[in-house]
Amino acid sequence: MCDQTFVAATFGPCENCTKPSPLLNIYIKSEPINYCSFCVEQMACEGLTAGESLASLKRESESLKKKLDEERNKLSDVQLHQLAEKVEALSSLSVKTRRVLKGHNNKVLNMDWCKDKRRLVSSSQDGKVIVWDAFTLNKEHGVSLPYTWVMACAFAPSGCAVACGGLDNRCSVIPLSLDPNENLAAKKKAVAMHTNYVSGCVFTNSDVQLLTSSGDGSCALWDIESGQLLQSFHGHTADVLSLDLAPSETGNTFVSGGCDKKANVWDMRSGQNIQSFESHQSDINCVKYYPSGDAFASASDDATCRFYDLRADREVAVYEKDSIIFGASSVDFSFSGRLLFAGYNDYTINVWDVLKGSRVSALFGHENRISRVRVSPDGTALCSASWDNTLRIWA
Amino acid sequence: MTIRNTLRDHGQRYRPRMACLKKAEKVLLEMQDPKSGVKSQLQRLVITTIPHAITGEDIMAWLSERFQIDTQEARTLGSMLVALGYVYPLQDHKRLVLKSDASLYRFQTPYFWPVQQWPVEDTDYAIYLAKRNIRKKGILEMHEQEQYSRLHKWMNHKWDFIVMQAKEQYRAAKERKKPDRVVFDCQERAYWVVHRPPPGSVSAMDYGLDRRIDPNADEAKTPDFYERMMIFTQQSIMRPRVKSSVSIGALVKYCATYNNHDPFLFRCLPSNPWLTDDVTYWTLNMPNVDTPTKMRVERWTFSFGELLSDPRGRDDFRRFLKKEFSGENLAFWEGCEDLKWGAATTMKEKAEQIYKTFLARGAPRWINIDGKTMEITVNGLKYPHRYVLDAAQTHIYMLMKKDSYGRYMKSQVFKDTLKRAICPEEHKFTDAQLEHNSKNRRPSISPIILRQQELEERAKMAANAPMDITQLCRFTTPIPHLAVYSGITYSPSTNASSSLSTLAQPPAWPSPISVALDSTSTSERRVESGEADQDGEVGGAAGVNVCKSRMALSLRRLLKRGCGPSAVFASLSPKCHTTAGMSGRIQPISPDPPGQAPPRRMGNFFQIKVDIPPECRIYPIESEDEEDENRATVGAKEIICPWESLTPPNGTG
Repeated sequence: MCDQTFVAATFGPCENCTKPSPLLNIYIKSEPINYCSFCVEQMACEGLTAGESLASLKRESESLKKKLDEERNKLSDVQLHQLAEKVEALSSLSVKTRRVLKGHNNKVLNMDWCKDKRRLVSSSQDGKVIVWDAFTLNKEHGVSLPYTWVMACAFAPSGCAVACGGLDNRCSVIPLSLDPNENLAAKKKAVAMHTNYVSGCVFTNSDVQLLTSSGDGSCALWDIESGQLLQSFHGHTADVLSLDLAPSETGNTFVSGGCDKKANVWDMRSGQNIQSFESHQSDINCVKYYPSGDAFASASDDATCRFYDLRADREVAVYEKDSIIFGASSVDFSFSGRLLFAGYNDYTINVWDVLKGSRVSALFGHENRISRVRVSPDGTALCSASWDNTLRIWA
Repeated sequence: MTIRNTLRDHGQRYRPRMACLKKAEKVLLEMQDPKSGVKSQLQRLVITTIPHAITGEDIMAWLSERFQIDTQEARTLGSMLVALGYVYPLQDHKRLVLKSDASLYRFQTPYFWPVQQWPVEDTDYAIYLAKRNIRKKGILEMHEQEQYSRLHKWMNHKWDFIVMQAKEQYRAAKERKKPDRVVFDCQERAYWVVHRPPPGSVSAMDYGLDRRIDPNADEAKTPDFYERMMIFTQQSIMRPRVKSSVSIGALVKYCATYNNHDPFLFRCLPSNPWLTDDVTYWTLNMPNVDTPTKMRVERWTFSFGELLSDPRGRDDFRRFLKKEFSGENLAFWEGCEDLKWGAATTMKEKAEQIYKTFLARGAPRWINIDGKTMEITVNGLKYPHRYVLDAAQTHIYMLMKKDSYGRYMKSQVFKDTLKRAICPEEHKFTDAQLEHNSKNRRPSISPIILRQQELEERAKMAANAPMDITQLCRFTTPIPHLAVYSGITYSPSTNASSSLSTLAQPPAWPSPISVALDSTSTSERRVESGEADQDGEVGGAAGVNVCKSRMALSLRRLLKRGCGPSAVFASLSPKCHTTAGMSGRIQPISPDPPGQAPPRRMGNFFQIKVDIPPECRIYPIESEDEEDENRATVGAKEIICPWESLTPPNGTG
């Protein structure tokens, strides 16, 4: 259980404008102050004051960053691989394709498991969303959407609805029904509105809230019933490509990654960016929390996956190999967090030993890019979605 | 949206984001190294000799040697290089894969390497097609013809220029030596196969949707960018951190703890459904099974969060808390979760409801939080939002984690569950059985139906919910004990609590708490309630008067007797049940509680006296069972609990 999420979100009068609102705890010359986000924005946009130039600001910002690195390294007394030396090595895995799900006529872009461990929803480039019973290979529902590139899809925790979004800049929720002939597209309810494509969505711990990430550089939390924006998260300077909610029930945080090469951790209560990691050299395609909620992994176009410890506040491992030169598109952890499955643009899935940083195995079978890998909720199987129009179940 | 796409994709398939290209180029340079690279030789192809040709098997051997990888991976990597056009096949030029035999390949000249900085021009393609058209005298492949006519239409304004260029290039080519010309033709053809692939083929150049930000563009930074960065960095510097050995150690420990629970690393009993097509594993691990598996119970011991996140575990914990009379802690925590993740429209109501049920002075399920947290919460409630109870919730969570959880682990409830937990035998299927299984995959119940069942179950549970100590105090024991238990003094005018059981109650009327004061004897009370019942049916006022006076009387009697709190606690058997209206469940109490109440509640209520050992009873023993049955049949429809009927909203006589 992640105790670090218990930083109380403060709510009260802003020290600048005295209006009661959620407060950001910021520092001016190491003095803690509580400002509301509006006052912080105002402070940031003041423009150049006397004696300041763009270059001097840049220098100052660089020196602060250096100081941050120093601070981070102060407490770094041991490396992950050192601690992992004592851990038993993994025996070889015998992971094979157990099911091939055929039914999409174009690139499968995303998928999500249902909590019942056997159903899943997948979305494809031609605007089709399919709900499968992956165990029997039965297609339970099919929805055709009026736009292409459905990049985001998610199963509601109850299993009674799915959410999807893409190039229409919206995220819609579709309630599922028991009647197979019902036209589900008619029941679609647009919930989230962005000013650019929706790249990812996830239900929070209930069926009534939806968290989305978008190409417009923001993430947002929505109330499904009313379509009301509950909280928006600004801080990325480019497209946000992926997000993941902290796994613990008490977790009020989520992590997002995007084209600005940053992985940001957000506090859902205040909308504040609380941690930011910038060590990838290219776009971050996917972020995924470690099952304990104390760390997360990211996959990037620079062909590496990285592992960040949130409490130590730094990157603790890089998963790379000089034979892997194509970008990683998606990552997920096995149930224990020991294995990291990563889908790559060279049509393979690599399995990494999280602790030792070595590659355990590679899974071949897809004939085009892997767009998404997800481990089922009980860890019994891995599902991969690919641009070769199929999904595969590995176990 | 689609309009924008076709416009943008007008053949100008600009791919700014291919970070892999730089790395691929490095590999290519190594491959072409005269000493350590792939060996090449002159090859005769039909009638021409091609210089520097290489075979597929050589490329694969080199790659697996260089990167220390097996042949399958080397083949994948090699195929990717071919697909990107760094290496092109001499025969079968449209299939961009690396074959592991003696088929011939050649390195592409760097001029035709894919680039990240600029788009592939349609004009160039038009020139190429026009050139082919001249040379082959009109024989283009189907898709090339289509492209040609499309481009002709689209670039009509400069078509003269294109044709002229094509002719010029054609003539220049003729002047070259034959091997050079053949090589150049192959290179050019390979380039266009990569960048304008025939329809239906998988293209490595397909990189997906354009992203909004162009990494090649130099963005001018504004002062506010740096200002924001500095504010944030300053925050990050002040952030508390944990020593790496501690935090990383926790990650390593997590892996070790869950190792045997990971189906990829350890066998799962009885068998992994995906491997054997047998769903027993899932059936045994349904969210609300009666007897959980050993592994599942073991997981509850790992952390408190694990216990709470498992619905079965939470039920078990709830049962334990009930025995401990601290069920309100979990109920409060669940209420807070519900508020946090619930719908926006009911948010305010829920916050209020939780406040009234758990936090207000004299609340029916008062929880014990420290003054500071209380102050924060109460201040926050002036402007209710969904995270207003966060501080209190965290407090209670930590209380349960540090205190109740540890005791739960040692409790009889947990031991019993652990003892009952099953450890399924491993499936030993023969091949014939496996085949039979795979042909008989059964669909499962839809989550929609499961959800409905769960909701019904929950409603039923809420109706029969056993009460917590605070509620019991409130309804069945005299006030002094409430004070003893909760540490606050009772003030009869608190209406917060009364709103729970009787909604439309005028303030002048005694609250159900004060009515409940006369908890001297069950039989007496029953008589009262019976009277009230009958009176309620006939004409409320008189009955109310009677019970009002009796209440005063019994309060006096009670004060005289002053039974000790220990006796009260002992008498409150965990098995005692109560009714929907009283159990402060998180859902708002509906204004007409009788609707929620199933008829057998009366029976449940009167179980109290069955369970209590005679020596610690505060109730006289002489109550009769037949009377109970009578009551149950008479009052089942309207009564929620005997006391509530005492306070009809219109009975102000």
